Amino acid sequence: MVCDVCKNNQATVFLTQIVDGKMQKVNLCEACSKEKGVTDPTGFALADLLLGLGAAQEIEKGASGQRCPACGFSQADFKKTGRLGCSVCYDTFAEGLGSLLKAMHKGTSHVGKVPARLLKSLERDARIKQIRRDLDKAVAEENYETAALLRDQLRELEHLT
Amino acid sequence: MKISSLFSSGGEWARNDGPHHQIVISSRVRLARNLRGHPFPGWAKKSDRLQALELIKPEVEGLSEMQDAYSAFLQDLSQLEKQVLVERHLISREHAAKGVGSAVVVNKKQTLSIMINEEDHLRMQVIRSGLQLRNAFKLIDKVDSALEERVDYAFHPVLGYLTACPTNVGTGMRASAMIHLPALVLGDQINQVIQAVNKIGFAVRGLYGEGTEAMGNLFQISNQITLGEKEEETVSQLNKVIEKIIEHEQNARQMLLQKKPGTLLDQIGRGYGILSHAYSMSSKEALNLLSFLKLGVDLELFPAECQGTIDELFILTQPAHLQRGSQQKLNPEERDALRAEIIRDKLSGFPKPESSKVSVPRPPNEENNDE
Repeated sequence: MVCDVCKNNQATVFLTQIVDGKMQKVNLCEACSKEKGVTDPTGFALADLLLGLGAAQEIEKGASGQRCPACGFSQADFKKTGRLGCSVCYDTFAEGLGSLLKAMHKGTSHVGKVPARLLKSLERDARIKQIRRDLDKAVAEENYETAALLRDQLRELEHLT
Repeated sequence: MKISSLFSSGGEWARNDGPHHQIVISSRVRLARNLRGHPFPGWAKKSDRLQALELIKPEVEGLSEMQDAYSAFLQDLSQLEKQVLVERHLISREHAAKGVGSAVVVNKKQTLSIMINEEDHLRMQVIRSGLQLRNAFKLIDKVDSALEERVDYAFHPVLGYLTACPTNVGTGMRASAMIHLPALVLGDQINQVIQAVNKIGFAVRGLYGEGTEAMGNLFQISNQITLGEKEEETVSQLNKVIEKIIEHEQNARQMLLQKKPGTLLDQIGRGYGILSHAYSMSSKEALNLLSFLKLGVDLELFPAECQGTIDELFILTQPAHLQRGSQQKLNPEERDALRAEIIRDKLSGFPKPESSKVSVPRPPNEENNDE
């Protein structure tokens, strides 16, 4: 089989792509496949390839013309690559991503592992809140001795943060 | 450790001695992680990527599991060396295309490999032979916990671990098993199995993952859901799916033995004949024929000790492994000739398939054979 591009060399790379439900086949020689970047799958409309057709449009609806303030990534970039720019993008494009994630996964919130470090800080936040409540109560009850004790505990905890 | 010593011995998974090894070649679990406050590698500028690499690489090399590890920058590896790593499933095809700003660290046993600045800052995977998904998960989880003490991960209170591609967000985990299903293919049942597996949210892919063709009757089954499900839950579900498929494959083998012993024997015999006498062999043809020899061993048509040779050939006949031994770059025809030569050589001491193990009914009327 001859290469579809240069019509000269023997084709060794056979690419099959399904676009709009229709199969498209391209036969390329080694040189042309490299030149066209076929060996690098990121060159294609991966958003559609990976997430199903219409995925790129989905995110477009959510944030038209918007750019991520942290990294400058835009929805057009997502359409092209199927990847986001940085962690802040998840908040920037939250609206469009929401329905996308819902369709792709089992739910819209994470229920698995949490980094131990974060777990500790979450626990500390909960404790600070509790002490604040106790402190308010102690002040309201004019229990100043307890209040002073709680205030010290609070200072210590907040100092750690 | 030098790359040459890494290449001189095969990985643990390729020894093929894990649980259910007749059908399950290997089990893999990978986690995707990113640094907080750094753009994802695909969007980052070169200087950003280098900065992330500088932060991550020493921490990865400092892991207790990475003592005596093999570690390299991608730009220092030749095309061939990268391809060998791909064929061993130690790096992805996507990672092999990377250069400056990316790195790979592989432990001595080749069971743990960590890619830096692939699609995400960190892609870490454990690969084990046979069906060992739970063990693989345990190890990668341990490595992840050790690393998170030293590296500040991008973690969202609602969405979990953030990844460049929204298909990975949440757990960032992809668990997969590589399985050999010749009887389901021969019995035309494979599409039913694939459809059923797809329906419950698992993906079926070819030998080298996303977008690759299924060759040698080898299939990769992996989870697709990473958000809204616990890691352990995903792993145990996949485990259940694989156990079910093993059952189906075993049933299909019994069915073929009883109903179509002639077809079965013919496939194995042809595989044996072509492999031991061909002078030109593409890697696709080699994989497809080796698959039948492997089935032949499973069905005891070849002695059990032949298993090792076949497993070795599955790896040795891959394009980059094949070229490793020769000095200059080979063109496709030269590769096919060399491949055939290696296979002929390895199979020279191989006994013929013992057809008496399978009872083939004689055709009732010999005169009708021409029709």
